[in-house]
Amino acid sequence: MFLVVAAFLAIGLGLNPREVPSPFVGKSVPAFAAPLLKEPQRKFSQEEMLGKVWVLNFWATWCPPCREEHPLLVELARKERVPIVGINYKDDPARAIAWLRDLGDPYVATLTDFEGRMGIDFGVYGMPETFVIDRKGVIRYKRIGVIDRARLDAEILPLLKELQRP
Amino acid sequence: MRTVLALLMLLLAQSPGTAWADSHAELDRRAKDLAAQLRCLVCQNQTIAESNAELARDLRAVVREQLSQGRSDREIIAFMVARYGDFVLYKPPLKATTLLLWFGPALLLAAGAATLFLYLRRRRGRLDERALTEEEQRRARTLLEGASDREAR
Repeated sequence: MFLVVAAFLAIGLGLNPREVPSPFVGKSVPAFAAPLLKEPQRKFSQEEMLGKVWVLNFWATWCPPCREEHPLLVELARKERVPIVGINYKDDPARAIAWLRDLGDPYVATLTDFEGRMGIDFGVYGMPETFVIDRKGVIRYKRIGVIDRARLDAEILPLLKELQRP
Repeated sequence: MRTVLALLMLLLAQSPGTAWADSHAELDRRAKDLAAQLRCLVCQNQTIAESNAELARDLRAVVREQLSQGRSDREIIAFMVARYGDFVLYKPPLKATTLLLWFGPALLLAAGAATLFLYLRRRRGRLDERALTEEEQRRARTLLEGASDREAR
């Protein structure tokens, strides 16, 4: 009896309550049309990425883990040539622009989600969050929280390779 | 500013019979009801009605907005579940994956009761009552007398 309880507790402790099963994987990317950070008069929608394997990354300058993750995104964009669309979530545009200037800009497009409405449509609740989307616009992967080296190598790069196969 | 606001609120409160105030109060009640059913994903053990997290505030606003657009409670819940999963429901739905969650405690109780029952039955089997032998009677008596002697001292 004790062993059974101990086993359940061990499993329970191993699980992370923050890793809520995502309802997004396998679904189409939610439609959006958000202004570009650097050209607010122009809007960018998910349709512009159709036919490409791409990564969507929610970030903000007020989010310390985003800073930790940023160099990996820069590397991903440069080495693997994966288009990354950045969503600057509830942030100050001036600060966001300065961040990209100082730390490097891995994004093919950075959109502004000033009110956090896009965040709600993508079920964002822990920054940063990252999605991998296939050519048909279907979400194949979602990560809530930082992408670290291990996760990049073990989860994201193999998936990108598989999706990019012609 | 405060007094003006208070007066304004008093004014609004004093015209309840109107359809507007009625529908407003109704919307308010439904918004609060819904917010109390939805989990704040940031704080996890609070509903969005209780939480002060920014996301909870945003979601409360979304609930209100959608209600005023005439959406039904069920549509709004579906909207939230589509984005945040079943976890957003403070009361988990009854599904194949949540059966253990719903019935686990009852199962544990039943298992405990069964164990207790079996244990008690087995113990009764071991406790066979028989009369003491002469020898045992005598030993018991001396022991008891020894004890009362000590107490008397």
